Order: sequence, then C-alpha cells, then structure tokens
Amino acid sequence: MIGGERHLLSMADLDRDDIEQLLNLTESFAEVGERSIPKVPALRGKTIAWLFYEDSTRTRLSFETAAKRLSADTMNFSVSSSSVNKGESLRDTVETITAMGVDGIVVRHRAAGAPHRVAGWVDASVINAGDGWHQHPTQSLLDLYTAREHFGDLDGKHVAIVGDIKHSRVARSNALAFATMGARVTLVGPQTLLPAHLDGWPVTVTHDFDEVIDDLDICYLLRMQLERQSDAVVPSLREFHTEFGLDVRRADRLDDALIMHPGPMNRGVEIAGEVADRPNAVITEQVANGVSVRMAVLFLLLGSGLDIVDGRRVAA
Amino acid sequence: MSSPPTPTIAITGARLVDETGTQDADVLIVDGAVAEVGPGLTGDVVLAADGCVVAPGFVDLHAHLREPGDEEAETIETGARGAALGGYTAVVAMPNTTPTIDSAAVVRHVIELAATANLCDVYPAAAITVGREGTQLSPMAELVRLGVRIFTDDGSGVQDEQIMRSALEYAGSLSHLADGIPIVLAQHCEVESLSRGGLMHEGDWSSRLGMPGQPAEAEELMIMRDIALARLTGSRVHFQHVSTAGGVAMVRAAKEAGLPVSAEATPHHFTLDHSACTSFDPVFKVHPPLRTAVDIMAIKDGLADGTIDAIATDHAPHTSHAKDATFADAPPGMLGLETAFALANTELDLSIEDLVGVMSWKPARIAGVDDHHGRPIAVGEPANLVVLDPEASRTVSGSAMASRSTNTPYEGRELRGIVRHTIYNGDLVVQEGTATR
Repeated sequence: MIGGERHLLSMADLDRDDIEQLLNLTESFAEVGERSIPKVPALRGKTIAWLFYEDSTRTRLSFETAAKRLSADTMNFSVSSSSVNKGESLRDTVETITAMGVDGIVVRHRAAGAPHRVAGWVDASVINAGDGWHQHPTQSLLDLYTAREHFGDLDGKHVAIVGDIKHSRVARSNALAFATMGARVTLVGPQTLLPAHLDGWPVTVTHDFDEVIDDLDICYLLRMQLERQSDAVVPSLREFHTEFGLDVRRADRLDDALIMHPGPMNRGVEIAGEVADRPNAVITEQVANGVSVRMAVLFLLLGSGLDIVDGRRVAA
Repeated sequence: MSSPPTPTIAITGARLVDETGTQDADVLIVDGAVAEVGPGLTGDVVLAADGCVVAPGFVDLHAHLREPGDEEAETIETGARGAALGGYTAVVAMPNTTPTIDSAAVVRHVIELAATANLCDVYPAAAITVGREGTQLSPMAELVRLGVRIFTDDGSGVQDEQIMRSALEYAGSLSHLADGIPIVLAQHCEVESLSRGGLMHEGDWSSRLGMPGQPAEAEELMIMRDIALARLTGSRVHFQHVSTAGGVAMVRAAKEAGLPVSAEATPHHFTLDHSACTSFDPVFKVHPPLRTAVDIMAIKDGLADGTIDAIATDHAPHTSHAKDATFADAPPGMLGLETAFALANTELDLSIEDLVGVMSWKPARIAGVDDHHGRPIAVGEPANLVVLDPEASRTVSGSAMASRSTNTPYEGRELRGIVRHTIYNGDLVVQEGTATR
C-alpha cells in the first residue's frame, strides 16, 4: 500500500520510497502497454467508479484506459445527467455508489478536499483525480516518471514551475513531488498568481522568468485560465505571455531541458505554438505515461494482496 | 384561580461571584427573586453546591437560533434549552433567519416563541437593513418600541459607508424609545470585496490546502472604518466575533481614545486555529474563519485587559446533511452555547470573577438587559442565576446536546467546568446538567 494508506489523496502522504516503489511498478505496466494485447487480468472482478464533478477528458480517458488494461470493471457516475442535478448531496451520492459494491472510487471535484471527505465515508479505496486548487497526485506521478525516464535520477535537478501557481492543483502537487525526489524547485510567476503564504514550501520563488531559465533542467508550464485577466490578476494575456510565457527566445535558452505541461495547452499564452512541438517538449510522453502510472496506482490500491507482475512479486 | 406557589430554592455551600465581589454564602430564591443571602438557609428545594460557584446567569450576545426558517437545524425552543444547559439566562438571537428579523411581525413572532419555550430570555436582534441587503434601513424606531436593543446584519457586514453612517446616526437618536439605553449597532466586520470566495483564513494553511482564503485585513479594514464612523457619529458600535490580532489592537486604541465601541470574541476563536482545516471537515468552517496562534494570543490578551468586553458564542447550528459536504459547499458555523463556559474555563487564564464578568454582566450591559441579567446576587434582585462546578470535567458530545444539530468542533474533547444548575426567573430550568422543561 502507498504510505500505509488505502487511498491516494495527496503527494504530501507519499515519501520518497513510496514514490520509487510506484515508479518502479509503472515500468512493468509500461511494458504491458507495448504488448500486442495490452491487457492483464490483475484487477479482474474489481469494480472502479468514476465520480467526476468537473469536466475532464484526458484524466478520465487515461484512468479508463488504465482500468481496462487491468481488466477491472468500471462504472461511470455522470454528474451532468445524474441526481446531482436534482440536489443530491455528495455523501448521498457516494453512499449510493458504494451500495452497488465498488472497490475503488476515482474522484475529481472542483472543491479542495472532496476526495478526503469521500474517503471518510466509504470502505472503498479513493483516488484523487484532482481536487480544486489542492492536489493532483497521479499527474505528479506521471510527471516524475516522465522526468525520470530522461534523467534517471532527479537529485539536484532544477525544476521551474511557471505561471498560475495559485489556482493550480498541479503546481501544489508537483512542488511537493519534485522536492521529495531531491530536485530543486523554483516557482515562477507574478505575486498575483502565487499562493499568499509559502512558509514551509520546499521551493524558492522568483518573479523573473529570465533569471532562472538558463539554469533549468525542467521547465514545467501551467495552463493559464483564460478568464484570469478579468479577475485583475494579470493586465492581459499578452502581457502574461511576454513576462511568463515560454516564447521562442526563452525556449532557445533551455537547450535540452525538458518542456512539460499537464495539458490542455493554451498555445500562444503560456507556451508559444511552435515551442510546444520541439523535440525537448515531452507533453505527449506525459500523456502516454499517464496510463502506465494510473495502472500502477490502481493495482497497488486495489490489487489482491500479493500479485505477480511479470515475474516480480509486488507487495500490494 | 391562582397558580400553585413556585417552590423556594436554596443553594447552599457555594461561593457567590458577582460584580460586587465574592463571598461564601447560601442563597434563597422565592417567587423569582433572591429573598435572602446568608448562612444556614433552606428551602423547598435544596441544591447542595459545596465547591461550586453561584453567579448571575450568562448572557450571549450572539446566537443563531434559526427560527423562523431553518427549524431542521434549530428552533428557538431547542436553542433556548441549549442556552440554559450552557448556563445562559439570556440570549440575543441573530436576525439572519428566513424571513429576516427586520419587521415588527417577525420580532413579535420570535418573542412569542421564546415566551412559550420559557427556558431563558431570548432577545431578538433585528437587521440594520431590510433583508440584510445593505441598502434600506429597517424600521428601527418601530422595532425599538417592541424591545429591540441591538441591530445587526450579522452573516455579513454593512458594506456601504454612507448606509452605515446613516444607520449609526438614526439608531443613535432612538434611545428615548428605550428608557435612555443607547441602541447598539453590532457589526460583522468583513469587507466582502476582499474576502469574497474565501473559505478559511488566508495564510500558510490555505495556501497549502489550495483553499481560497480570507485575509485578516478583510476584518480589520471594516473595524477601522467603523471606528472612524463611531467617531463621526458618536453612536455605539459593537464589534462581533473579533478574530484578528489587528482587530483587537484597533479596538484597544479606540477605547483608549474614548470612543463608544465594544467587542466580543467567540470561544472557537481563542481555542482553535486554521490548522484544523487540514482535515477538510467543514465542522471547522466558520465566518470569520479560524485564524492563527498569534491571533488566539491577542484575543486572550484582549479578554484579560478588557479590550474585549464579552465572550459570545456565535452558536450556529447546521444539519448533518448540510455539513456532510465539501468544505467549499458546506455552510459556515459551529455550535457554541453548550460548550462556551467549559472552553473559557479550560483555556483562559482568567479569575472566576473575570470569567463570569465577560460572560454575564458585561454582555448584559451591552445588550441593554442589565436590569434583569448580570445582576448582583442580593436580596430583591431577579433570580437569574447559574451554579457552576469549575473543577469537574466532561467530554463533549454533539449528539448529547439539546441542540437539534451536532456540529461541534470539540467532539470527544474533555473540558473542565460544568454547568450544574440554571435558575431562570426563579425556576430551576436546569438541574444537575439536565433540562427540567
């Protein structure tokens, strides 16, 4: 189990050994994905429910693909067409689903802590697929896996997380994730897009993207919410792009440093259109690795104690 | 036909604490009043209270009794019963009900329900503005004639400076309708353009948890503004649930400058801090939010030096299903009436005299009810009294409370100090920690 828990809620709950274990397991599942029939019976007979209160295409599809490759049964709780629109509470919804018998619930919610609440109400394993501005642990794990494939070891690597940190669950997850793996993390953004208090965060902060760009091993860009300019947090998207966007000029200074992005991208805002297609931009690799990482997570949390994966005994 | 005579009550062996001082004496209560104070008294009912403290009943400046409108969470009867169990003989009921307490009809309704419950005095506060919408003044003169002494838009503050100025000037000219007692405007200090969307205190925890925060400055700016308006108008301003160190400091300075301001603080703001929100359990969601250790210290200091006049509960019942939600979706508020004394007794470094002062005679004076509550324990005075055991302990249990709701943030916590008996209008409404009606 991860960190002795049966849920995956936050990167704050995982130590370096937990993460290493997950990334090693991910390698085995990446191999499964390359087979002609990319499917193993590891979760046959297990049922996983998707509880997505917020639109998500890529995370949802990635989890679904992972579950199918593990032979799990899945059921979808479609929020838009469901009792939620009839005023049913989160707890009632969750209890209804668990009454049908599920082993795992994958939750995405616009409210921070929603998966933690769900975990307190059910016996099933709960996986956080993104909660408000708080955490997105499977995104972090796939990002770490992608980075590890390129660098082997993240100790001492310099990672900049750039843009709208304040409203980003990916930023909160990844600041912890990269730091836990030994990397140096710098947050880059205007004060309006940074959390108000960073005491205790394992990061340094700069408002000057150009100050750090030559030193980076990983340049991690965040999606800029297009409506932020109406909140008066940036004067305009144009000015944001000038100060904090990865334009061609800055991208040239990155050399071979990895360009990462959790998607979906706003080409021309946080990243220049052509930069996203450079060879050191690994955005589609991230997506591909997402499936393998989620297989590993589902297997570790829902697998039947000890299972054999490709000849190796894996503690679940 | 005359009703049967009320049994006389003797409280023996206790220490009496009131504004005039402390003495060891028995008390005899006859026909709703203190009939005798001295040694060796007896009555129809004898409450042996060795080791206990007899004090004037507590007065809560700030309780949400939810009726009319949200009777599933609380009613005036259940709230008043909880109040009696908490040692209160008087409670000021907040007007953010449905409909709002902003008209004679609703004020009369609340007074009537409270009289029927007959568990403690319930004084309705009325809204400053119609519907608490911040635009049009409620019919203040008419409501003062019905007995309203405190006006507040609690739940939110009056955002517009000119409206607040007018309210202060108008209310300030109504004391002739209230036997000369000044009418008090009580403000929930929160500048909404700065706090909007904030679920908890803006600080290191909100940043880490990814929850939108309300900065301390959202409270402090309105306290600062209303101090200026108190200076401008000369009218009485009472600051509700002060939660910030900056707010305490400003109130202290305003009092030193001789301005007509007073302030209250809640038990949760001097016992819990924002780290409680890490559980994401909305039982810890409250407005103003739980703040920092520094703020807690400032509130304790403010209570000790008199900057903060009163402990008020901000008792805010919510149903379990309302709280069985995400932190963002759940309504703010927590129970307070039945734990306030124990929390203050456990957590504050105040003498029992000072503790009773901030829970009884000082709030009684702010509420304009000091003719019946917070009185000295002396012959002829109304028998609104509480018998406290400051040394006994009890474990908090939401489901054991009289409130219809269970949203206490102290569930399972052992607190020192229990309310043994409450005497309201000469009647034993709580005996040995149990409500008698």
